Amino acid sequence: MFKNLVEWIDARIPMTRTYEMHMSKYPAPKNMNFWYVFGFLATIVLVNQLVTGIWLTMSYEPSAAGAFASVEYIMRDVEYGWVIRYMHSTGASAFFVVVYLHMFRGLMYGSYQKPRELLWLFGMFIYLALMAEAFMGYLLPWGQMSYWGAQVIIGLFGTIPVIGEDLALWIRGDYVVSGATLNRFFALHVIALPLVIVILVFLHIVALHEVGSNNPDGVDVKRPKGTVADEDKTKFEFHEYYTSKKDLLDDVVPFFPHMVLKDLMAFGVFLFIFTYIMFFNPDFYGKFIEHPNFEPANNLKTPEHVFPVWYFTPFYAILKAVPDPFGGMVTMFASIILLALIPWIDRGKVRSWRYRCGLHKVNLIIFAMVFIVLGYLGATPATPFKETMAKLFTIAYFMFFVALWLYSKNEKTKPLPERITK
Amino acid sequence: MSNAPVDNSRRRFLTAATSVVGGAGVVAAAVPFIASWNPSTRAKSAGAPVEVDITKIEPGQLIRVEWRSKPVWIVYRTPKMLEQISSISEDNLKDANSTADQQPEYARNAYRSKKEEIFVAVGICTHLGCSPSYLSDGYQEIVEGQDSGFYCPCHGSKFDMAGRVFSGVPAGANLQVPPHYFVNDTTILIGEDGGAA
Repeated sequence: MFKNLVEWIDARIPMTRTYEMHMSKYPAPKNMNFWYVFGFLATIVLVNQLVTGIWLTMSYEPSAAGAFASVEYIMRDVEYGWVIRYMHSTGASAFFVVVYLHMFRGLMYGSYQKPRELLWLFGMFIYLALMAEAFMGYLLPWGQMSYWGAQVIIGLFGTIPVIGEDLALWIRGDYVVSGATLNRFFALHVIALPLVIVILVFLHIVALHEVGSNNPDGVDVKRPKGTVADEDKTKFEFHEYYTSKKDLLDDVVPFFPHMVLKDLMAFGVFLFIFTYIMFFNPDFYGKFIEHPNFEPANNLKTPEHVFPVWYFTPFYAILKAVPDPFGGMVTMFASIILLALIPWIDRGKVRSWRYRCGLHKVNLIIFAMVFIVLGYLGATPATPFKETMAKLFTIAYFMFFVALWLYSKNEKTKPLPERITK
Repeated sequence: MSNAPVDNSRRRFLTAATSVVGGAGVVAAAVPFIASWNPSTRAKSAGAPVEVDITKIEPGQLIRVEWRSKPVWIVYRTPKMLEQISSISEDNLKDANSTADQQPEYARNAYRSKKEEIFVAVGICTHLGCSPSYLSDGYQEIVEGQDSGFYCPCHGSKFDMAGRVFSGVPAGANLQVPPHYFVNDTTILIGEDGGAA
């Protein structure tokens, strides 16, 4: 009966084939470590944001007059409204936590190198769309920080020579951030950008499965057809799509259940942390929900300090480090574009930092630390000392790419293992 | 299919013509979607000029009115304030002579105003759009030799009592002076230059 049903469906849509190709018969390198769970966690968080987001729109009122009150209404009067909202607000920060770790994994193991350049680019597009999504979502509660944060960021476009003022006016739909801005951000936040993100995630996974997952050793687990002796070939059965073109080494396991179980384990740990923050510290010391946001937006009164949410602060520090506003904006966008271009900036052939020169490891760790320090500098009030530091660390941020480009050309790498190690 | 020979030049022409017409259609169809993001008629009419009665304003006092949802300041400057504006050395200011188009022509003068004592400006920092604070005294701590001025709490930009930006701060331009004119001695209209501008 059930078999007949599956056959009936398979004759009409490739259900079993898709499941086997991408789950039960998809080859995943067996040495994937805990750094490989963040892609899975990002997907889980995306689903969380979509579901809680849909529920929030049921009680939220997208208007300058009603937005702030409707969020209070959700928090106080809607049954379990506070749970759903805190799932959404904590989820936004969790999204960036897992995405930043996911990106760092890609940098460590060279997952952006040939043939995964497009995979990396799709990832960067997801990151950009995610930033836009988060920025627009943050306006919706219509608190003071929502309002002034949006004012500052849209003001950036106003610094573009000649067309800037008109462009900012066009984005806002008014002479200042107003109800018109709120409503269009709402439309983009709940319909346009989620759609874009879901499509990009789909393409990201399609591109991943086409080239195959990288691994901590960065060595290929697929070899040209006919070059692998039978005893070295995988003992598992994989989809013909992968085995017909290449020989698979005995270094891969089916994605389901092997990798999925490991991911679910990580999901359990993630839930501990996530729910702890959600229930006991939902504003996370004013970092996930900034305190001025408990006050309704007031266009005649600027909060004493305006900071974006923590996940934007590294870029905000870069923006402020440049004295000229337009120059600051260009520098800020350059800092993201360079990250997207890293497959071409890195001229090395060895992927994983395990087998690359010592300088590469140092460079990457310093880069991560510079990013964190910039995040701190962008989130605290400026002092002359911090301004100097922000300038130095902005230079340090860009030096990562310069150094990488220089040393990766004739890099002294360690010998790569023939097969992946334990 | 038929074995009829293909007329390649005709096919190329038809492909090009179809693409051009189709492309023009896409561009035309994009117009309403892009244009609908412009300020609506309602937003534009809310941006209409505002009339302000200035009879009750005291010397040294700043009043805020809303014009196009932006805070507009009207400050009644005391003779001492005016004196201190003239005392600032040009080196300490980024645009001491108001060369940038941050004011109508009739406010491109020493005090950046139509009448010396009445200063009208948009109260939004030219850096990133915060609203600076007005310090009617105690500005000495921020800028030496100035008893009063404007200080932006967001990124520390400083402006003098004529809205001119000091050097060494993030803001690059003087505060904007909106179009305005005196309807009579006690009333200002903000948002229009007036016939006798």
